[in-house]
Amino acid sequence: MRNNVLLRDIAYSRAGDKGNRSTLSVIAYNIKDFPAIERLVTAERVKQHYAGIAKGDVERYVLPQLGALNFVLHDALGGGVTRSLCLDAHGKCLGSAILSLELDMSIDMTIDP
Amino acid sequence: MTVPKAPRQSLRIGAGAGYSGDRIPPAVELAEKGELDYLVFECLAERTIALAQLQRSQDARLGFDALLAARMRAVLPACVARGVTIISNMGAANPLAAGHEVIRVARELGIPKLTVAVLLGDDVLTQIQNQTLPLMDSSDTLDSLAGSVISANAYIGAAGIVEALAQGADVVITGRVADPALFLAPLIHEFGWAMNDWDTLGKGVLIGHLLECAGQITGGYFADPGYRDVPDLARLGFPLAEVSSDGSAVITKVADSGGCVTVPTCASQLLYEIENPAAYLQPDVVADFSKVTLTQIGPDRVRVEGATGRQRPDQLKVTVGHRDGFIGEGQISYAGLGAQARGQLALSVLQERLAGVTALDKRFELIGVNAIHGDHLATGHTPYEVRARAAMRVATRQEAELVAHEVEALYINGPASGGGVTQSVREVIAAASTLIPREWAPTSVTLLEV
Repeated sequence: MRNNVLLRDIAYSRAGDKGNRSTLSVIAYNIKDFPAIERLVTAERVKQHYAGIAKGDVERYVLPQLGALNFVLHDALGGGVTRSLCLDAHGKCLGSAILSLELDMSIDMTIDP
Repeated sequence: MTVPKAPRQSLRIGAGAGYSGDRIPPAVELAEKGELDYLVFECLAERTIALAQLQRSQDARLGFDALLAARMRAVLPACVARGVTIISNMGAANPLAAGHEVIRVARELGIPKLTVAVLLGDDVLTQIQNQTLPLMDSSDTLDSLAGSVISANAYIGAAGIVEALAQGADVVITGRVADPALFLAPLIHEFGWAMNDWDTLGKGVLIGHLLECAGQITGGYFADPGYRDVPDLARLGFPLAEVSSDGSAVITKVADSGGCVTVPTCASQLLYEIENPAAYLQPDVVADFSKVTLTQIGPDRVRVEGATGRQRPDQLKVTVGHRDGFIGEGQISYAGLGAQARGQLALSVLQERLAGVTALDKRFELIGVNAIHGDHLATGHTPYEVRARAAMRVATRQEAELVAHEVEALYINGPASGGGVTQSVREVIAAASTLIPREWAPTSVTLLEV
């Protein structure tokens, strides 16, 4: 049985810029949700979600003690804030975009209802 | 004259600004009520120095932060009365002129005695001339930028600021310094940390990183109504750290200021603009934040522990500011029934009319539909109003003006009922990065006295 949850309901995020790369944190409100977030919010899933924006690789770092994932989206800021034509040249709004991900939590819900 | 003294056991450091235009009253609140030892103002973004360098080239008295005098006028009385030392990179492209400006403000305020230390040495424009250094994130080398380079500033470490503090500075003014080093320096100075005690320096860098964006750790840039509510956001207080000599710290803020300090506000800032959390490259240490823990120990009090560090890199990162063409942009609004279709037609007209312009980059988009995140994430809604936007990066100002003008011409010649045109044309000052041997950026401290 599917049990879909919006990432927004269980995690928060913030985006930053480094040259032409966007850094993106995804942090669980409650550490009990982190195993599901870690399993489902993969680098591949993030790259798909940001299709047309993250033009390069997506790297993921895991900080279990904080319930946090940290992503680096390469080639994602239109050449970098100083020359980008984007309305949001820093890619600040990319932080909120990740929260619309839908996660199928069914496996984890049977363990921890 | 260096006066030896017993190392401190704890220290209170406040963050008075997170960017050059940041609010001033929260810094005054910190200076007056934070029981601070140090107040740090971090005011330089990546290309700020390049823009400041352009100012300085037009007027040798300029090139430092435009709010320097206003900030000093606001905080100096409380800082002088309470013995709070000020450290800031508001010197930007002209730290010496900034130092004289601080002296001028101090005299104007009738402050009887003040020692201002100016740190020089980050400007490496002369050193990098004619070098074929590889550019970071690029296959090009520095010499490919040739005549377009207008500034080159190294991210220098804490040592120069430590030297300035040892000479008795009440105010330290720098140009480009690694942001966390502004906070690390007083910890090294007061606690007597060794410059090769990598683990402890890593802890100090973490404290600096957490504080450097000021209100971004006290509930700024965090609120999402119904999900993450922040109390009294309009009166957001700025943060301070109570740092112990072992490098552990508590992040907090002035009682009764707005905002909040919680594990989530601290976690958000911990990872902000961090790539690999286990290798945060700084001029003084490679800091490792991967095992950091955050613990709420009281209201608006979060304990931070567990950062470590490894030996510092051999090279310093340099930001090279260079001219990189022009950006021309125009916007026009459409509202009511069919707004999106009329906006789309406006973009088609612009694309056809600007097809002859050689663009280095271009965007034609509808604000309210797909301007921020493109088409992939933006499907499935019909807006009441849209704003058509055309932007092109081009080689010459004339071409950029043409882009802006074509949008304006839609008033008479475009789809029905377009309004509210805005136009802009600006030169692009881009930032490239390279690495240099640290020996190329020797620092020096100049003392100015009231």
